[in-house]
Amino acid sequence: MDSTVTTGTEENVWGGGNQPLGVSYGKLMMWFFIVSDALTFSGFLAAYGFSRFKFADTWPIADEVFTHVPFFHGNYPMYYVAFMTFILIMSSVTMVLAVDAGHKMQRNKVTWYMFFTVIGGIIFVGSQAWEWKTFIKGDFGALETKGGRILQFVDANSGERLALRDFSKTIPSERVNHERNKGVWYYGETALPSYSLNEVVEGVKANSNVLIRTEVINEEGHKTLLTREETIEKLNDAKLVVEGANLIRNEYGSRLFGDFFFFITGFHGFHVVTGVLINLIIFFNVLLGTYEKRGHYEMVEKVGLYWHFVDLVWVFVFTFFYLV
Amino acid sequence: MAHGHKLEIFRGLWKFKSNTQKIWGVLAFLTFITAVEVGLGIAKPVIFTHNYFLGMKLLNWIFIILTIVKAYYIAWDFMHLRDEKSSLRRTIVWTPVFLVSYLIFIMLFEADYIYNVYHEGFIKWNF
Repeated sequence: MDSTVTTGTEENVWGGGNQPLGVSYGKLMMWFFIVSDALTFSGFLAAYGFSRFKFADTWPIADEVFTHVPFFHGNYPMYYVAFMTFILIMSSVTMVLAVDAGHKMQRNKVTWYMFFTVIGGIIFVGSQAWEWKTFIKGDFGALETKGGRILQFVDANSGERLALRDFSKTIPSERVNHERNKGVWYYGETALPSYSLNEVVEGVKANSNVLIRTEVINEEGHKTLLTREETIEKLNDAKLVVEGANLIRNEYGSRLFGDFFFFITGFHGFHVVTGVLINLIIFFNVLLGTYEKRGHYEMVEKVGLYWHFVDLVWVFVFTFFYLV
Repeated sequence: MAHGHKLEIFRGLWKFKSNTQKIWGVLAFLTFITAVEVGLGIAKPVIFTHNYFLGMKLLNWIFIILTIVKAYYIAWDFMHLRDEKSSLRRTIVWTPVFLVSYLIFIMLFEADYIYNVYHEGFIKWNF
């Protein structure tokens, strides 16, 4: 830089040839990117808030949806997401420690801290993949009405949720899954649900303890339960059996809930994956001694900014998707 | 950045001897907040779920405020904005804060209007 500034403008802060904001070009551009990316995520979250306010009294209740922990059966709302949050914050910490060690030119420490950061990122992405799998597979199953509303089932005696397999009848029918290799012009269809609509409806009629739970949230903040008579009446509106979730419908309630789940956590997960890749590249560069030769570890710092940003976004996603 | 870290948080209430120590201190604080959030989310105390402020449950206000506190410490200490020039800090923080507040305001206001149309209007949705 020294050789290019000859006009004497260096005394003037914005005259060029210096760094008015006190950061290098690379770091400033990383901040530019982070601010614009933050606006993108804000757009998604604001859209989520829009849809949620629009359907304020029928939106699914998050801690009834995300109740699973790997290797454990039962109802554990939010523990697993809290664990994921902790993992991500932890890998943020190892990242700052790597940056800190970089300032002191301690190559060995930077290597180890970068390694732990990558491991933390991989654990997080793996956990998210598991969350998606559980969400897509579903748990209890539900019916969808002609108007696209979701009907879930509850045991009248215990108040616990009932899965379709708990009460559905088995009625032999001719309907088989239509596969590509059997059709004209190789048209197939998606997998059939485990029970047909008829089997579920007859199952409800045969078991007097089955009640329907609608999407509507009552004064106490719980979903509304129908009486037995209303339940039988409501069955006439049912049109489809829904198990798990896809981009069109999900068994948890509002269709938009599933869409936003896939879109927002998916976009965030994509950021984590790219973050892990970039961290890996930097890790190998540290191993090869690239930054030792360069004389500074600023690259670690820039990548660190991105990695912390991913953590920052998750803090907001966690609040608006799982807590609020 | 390379020279000198500010080694105190909570406006000087908690001072650290080195940058590494400060990082662990901030981690402890963030973990504590997350634990409080999860605890409140599971317990859902009635005082917070049945009282409203500006049309939103107190519990949700607590969650949002705690989230912003967490975001502050991530940005200030992990992304070391605390050690940057104030001009850079303000550019980074106030631009999105202004734009996002505006966006949230119009989106939620509009959504509430649509909610009322669905609620009171002649649209049949539950069939």
